[in-house]
Amino acid sequence: MDTSVENGMITRSDLPLRVINSTPEAILKTKKRARRSFRQIRTENVFKRTLMIMGLVMVILVLGILLTLIVQSLPSIKSLGLKYLWSKVWDPVQDIYGAWPFLLGTLLSSFLALFISIPFSIAIAIFLGEYHPKGWLPDFLKNAVELIAAVPSVIYGFWGLAVLVPIVRNLESHIGVEPIGVGIFSSSLILAIMIIPYAASLGRSMITMVPSHLKEAAYGLGATRWEVIRSVVLPYTKSGLFAGILLSLGRALGETMAVTMVIGNTSLIPKSIFAPGNTMASVIANEFTEADKPVYLSALIELGLVLFLVTVVINLIGKKIIDRFTNE
Amino acid sequence: MHASNVKYRLGKSYGFQILTYVLAFACVIPLLAILFFIIKAGITKINWHFLINVPKPVGESGGGIANALVGSILIIIVAAIIAIPIGILAGIYLSENRKSRLAYWCRLSTDILQGVPSIVIGIVAYFWLVKPLGKFSALSGSVALAIMMLPIVVRSTEETLKLLPDSLKEAALALGMPFHRVIFKVIVPVGISGILSGVMLSIARITGETAPLLFTAFGNPYLTTNVTQPMQSLPLLIFNYATSPYNDWHDLAWGASLILLLWVLFLNIFTKLITRKWKVQL
Repeated sequence: MDTSVENGMITRSDLPLRVINSTPEAILKTKKRARRSFRQIRTENVFKRTLMIMGLVMVILVLGILLTLIVQSLPSIKSLGLKYLWSKVWDPVQDIYGAWPFLLGTLLSSFLALFISIPFSIAIAIFLGEYHPKGWLPDFLKNAVELIAAVPSVIYGFWGLAVLVPIVRNLESHIGVEPIGVGIFSSSLILAIMIIPYAASLGRSMITMVPSHLKEAAYGLGATRWEVIRSVVLPYTKSGLFAGILLSLGRALGETMAVTMVIGNTSLIPKSIFAPGNTMASVIANEFTEADKPVYLSALIELGLVLFLVTVVINLIGKKIIDRFTNE
Repeated sequence: MHASNVKYRLGKSYGFQILTYVLAFACVIPLLAILFFIIKAGITKINWHFLINVPKPVGESGGGIANALVGSILIIIVAAIIAIPIGILAGIYLSENRKSRLAYWCRLSTDILQGVPSIVIGIVAYFWLVKPLGKFSALSGSVALAIMMLPIVVRSTEETLKLLPDSLKEAALALGMPFHRVIFKVIVPVGISGILSGVMLSIARITGETAPLLFTAFGNPYLTTNVTQPMQSLPLLIFNYATSPYNDWHDLAWGASLILLLWVLFLNIFTKLITRKWKVQL
């Protein structure tokens, strides 16, 4: 049998040479080996395709969530139009739907919570990032902050209902507003505690990334510690801190259970921050299973759609800022 | 005058340092208040009887939370079975194809999914499973929780595998190993600690989730192990009983809160031990 080499390539005709010289067992062995390697190539391709499908699943999930929300809220979009979002009356019994009380309740409680939490979360970020990056005390604080994030929201709600609401009621009777206890103020307090960890942990990692030569230069010019923080650390990290606050806001807007338990659940427009109200998430939680009319249900889902879009935008902006910051 | 200026600046510096300390540690107070209050209110309610009985009707004292315990465990197990394979495989895809267009969209979707309010996921699960099947079921609750787990598992898998040196994979491929065996025998075993802690973290997160279960698992006053039926879970029980006007039910809710809290704490500490033992960066 001649071995032919064409164009520097070994062609098929040289393969039988080895096979013919072999025993039948060896032929069988070669065949088996070939079959196995073909099978492995096939498995490899199947595996690669499976990975791709799993990646696709994530994309399809998000698109599916968006589509489901849009399709299910179509009846309300059609019959109520855009003015649904700023009509002021919500009365499902009379078939009147206006989302303004809930939008206002959400905005009030979230921003109030944000304003309460910002000083604390920035203080934690500065403490852990600048004053004491290492040691047992910051470790304790770091674990405590992680724990704040880990406690389930329903437990915050229950604690708020049993402990915080009476305290707030007491406070309200002292400052001369109607002592109800439950209301936007109570839910803001609970929310403020719950969202501290998000801005704090992000702010901490941002502050530790401040280049030390910048700080050393400022110290070299005779700046005090506070001056270094105020004129070097904070300006350098301000976009990162802003991103952390945005992520906190996203959390506050979407938080459901704790708010539902302490906000009082009325569909009236809140007159002050001490009045009971409702947020978009809490009205969905309360009324979704009771919604007997198609428009009622779909009005609630439209609230969910608004919530979804707002939190997506906030989170994506936050992530973009973080990415830009860490790549610089 | 110059000296007093320096003194003033130093004083201001110390003042702000103390203010930072005070504000930073003020956050620990509510946390401790919550922990102590839950422990104080819950510890007297918990006994063997509490763990193995179902809740009694209003007016009868006693009763337990066995239905919620069993329900929570079942719902979480089913959610984990759904989410872990998809999450890990998607994470592997992201770390193997860093630049492809699908990877970009997949990463974006993961980011979006991470921020979606849990109540919205509850609505979606309602329309995907509850409405077509015509009844509330534990399975639909598991799907909702699985959707919440996914982004955490995907992200932690991707971040862990990204940190592994390419030489590991190249060495295995050079030995003639097929791609899937390189992944399962080399890459995943090396990164298992990071993946595992991501999984634990996601389970800790969904353990306390109530909102997605409101319209899916719905709750059930009786003990059931059938995942196609409505099922009670711990957070749901706490929510329903805490907002009820009955003191007996409040007592049950306090006990359940303590158990839920201990459970979540245990998962978090366990995750921490894993990350510390294997020195994972998350």
